[in-house]
Amino acid sequence: MTSEQLIAGQTRGMGELIEIAGKTTELAPFGRELAALGRERSDIVALTADMGRYSDILAFRDEHPDRFFNVGMAEQNLIAVSAGLAKTGKIAYCTTYSVFVSRRAYDFVAIAGAHSMANVKIFAGMPGLMNGYGATHQATEDLNMMRGIADLTIIDPCDATELKQVVRAVADIPGTVYVRLLRGNVSVELDPVTYQFTVGKAAVLRPGGSVGIISTGYMTARALDAAAHVAPQGVDVGVLHVPTIKPFDTAGVLAFAAQYDRVIVAENHKTTGGLATLVIEAMFDAGVIRPVERIGLADSFFECGSQEYLEARYGVDLPRFVRAILQEA
Amino acid sequence: MTTTTHMSPGAPTGADLDRLRVRAYELRVSMLDMAAGKGEGYVAQGLGMADCLAALYFFEMRHDPQNPSWAQRDRFLLSTGHYSIAMYALLARAGYLDLAELPTYGLNGSRLPMSTFDDLPGIEIVGGSLGQGLGQAVGMAIGLRLDGQGSRVFCEVSDGELQEGSTWEALMSGATFNCDNLVALFDCNGVQADGAIHVQLEPVADKIAAFGWDTVEINGNDLVALTDALVNARQADGRPKAIVMRTQPGSGIPTLERRERAHFVRISDDEWQVCRQELEAGRPEVRND
Ligand SMILES: Cc1ncc(C[n+]2csc(CCOP(=O)(O)OP(=O)(O)O)c2C)c(N)n1
Repeated sequence: MTSEQLIAGQTRGMGELIEIAGKTTELAPFGRELAALGRERSDIVALTADMGRYSDILAFRDEHPDRFFNVGMAEQNLIAVSAGLAKTGKIAYCTTYSVFVSRRAYDFVAIAGAHSMANVKIFAGMPGLMNGYGATHQATEDLNMMRGIADLTIIDPCDATELKQVVRAVADIPGTVYVRLLRGNVSVELDPVTYQFTVGKAAVLRPGGSVGIISTGYMTARALDAAAHVAPQGVDVGVLHVPTIKPFDTAGVLAFAAQYDRVIVAENHKTTGGLATLVIEAMFDAGVIRPVERIGLADSFFECGSQEYLEARYGVDLPRFVRAILQEA
Repeated sequence: MTTTTHMSPGAPTGADLDRLRVRAYELRVSMLDMAAGKGEGYVAQGLGMADCLAALYFFEMRHDPQNPSWAQRDRFLLSTGHYSIAMYALLARAGYLDLAELPTYGLNGSRLPMSTFDDLPGIEIVGGSLGQGLGQAVGMAIGLRLDGQGSRVFCEVSDGELQEGSTWEALMSGATFNCDNLVALFDCNGVQADGAIHVQLEPVADKIAAFGWDTVEINGNDLVALTDALVNARQADGRPKAIVMRTQPGSGIPTLERRERAHFVRISDDEWQVCRQELEAGRPEVRND
């Protein structure tokens, strides 16, 4: 595109989150729930690496300033200091962008965190394409990297309801946990009365149908939207949400996949090394052989832009889901 | 556009100094245009860096906008990738880019994203993951010394990046490998993402000096101090050079200088007009001498 076309088109810029029009949303569910948990438990401490404003954790600081520590822009140190606090019996919740946890602080997460069974609960902001600042800020391989670490729990929540449940659940999961954080205005997809997050368990959100979608993170919201979108055409779609990437719910995934002739796997991540790889491994090992279509990102570095723009450009938007369901090219 | 490929013997004075001030002013005008078009951005940091960039590209550095990949050029590394607004203004005003492209800053599909990538002519490194610039600068300085063409390396580093361990590792390497063709310019503007810097960083200049760097501390918005420091940094005495610049976010526009939330500035439509008037009120004159 030429400069003139770009300017005339007034394409929106990066850093703008996708419109969640028509959806109920909750503001800063992570920070608010953590602040509430801090009221109930004096062993909760919180840390950030200069990403307080951008990770919603300031709600905790405002209520519990004595238990909040901003270590500055120093992600390796963030994990090490959190692990040290954990060694004194605290449960250390910490935040920065997921890309700087996975790529910069990897060894610290592995050794000071997971290997030490330190109670470090990492809430990793703006995973995958949620960050519009380009490849330097887009953790598109974090699930792949993190699942390579033994004794680490990995969770990719779908919405505000689940995220809040995860905030509480991880306090009681021993050792280090990596959670993909949803921040700002987070949509509410799951009913807080009927939905219950259980670590290591997948959840059937839409049973039956002629094709099954297995998804994680906010791509589950997209899967539900796509299912609702094609329903009027008489196409019935099942949806299995897999919030815990590690430990993986092999039995739950197999039971779901076995019902269908065809399976779609969707994630806000590369199509290799993340959920799709885990699903295919599990199916192949058990002899549940079905065609699998992967919705996710290519093995590439991506450009900057608004979330809407990037999702369409790199093929994880609603039309992509609909095409996969209807088997259109 | 003019090409700057000289190394003048001393710091500029008189009309030369005034012309450099006009260069810095023009950079600020372009940055304000870019930010106003988008309504927000990292304009405060950019304005703070305007004088430093003017001194580098229009006084000190050996470079050729017509030939951005010229092997013998001096390298400038913008380690703080989100200062891209300053860099694009510079590249356009120096002749690397068409001025007409600047309004695409930050738009979807633009070549001028809010964080720098090295596929744009004139940009040496992929910026954005902070704390990776100075180490690459050390490597370039060593590599260019091996080439023996006299090229030098200039690297901007923010005070936020001084919080990354990697920056201190690079400081160690720069001194270890006697990189006297390397000048690190520390942009100490006192702010970071969560607000005013609260971690214990000071005394920055003493710490860097203790790492073996020939270090000066100056007002980074004073072109006389900047050009003096750059001239002094030419000494081939075996030591890497550090210029600790105290810069004012929003420099040149009082309304922005007063902004508390300087990291990512959002400004209403009517305020942009005020900003522009304030900037224009400070337009430098070139004396006759
Ligand atoms: C390694 C890394 N960690 C975190 C970030 C997110 N981040 C972007 S800007 C910023 C503030 C850094 O401070 P400074 O460079 O001094 O920025 P200024 O406020 O002066 O623009 C942070 C933490 C990043 N880009 N890279």
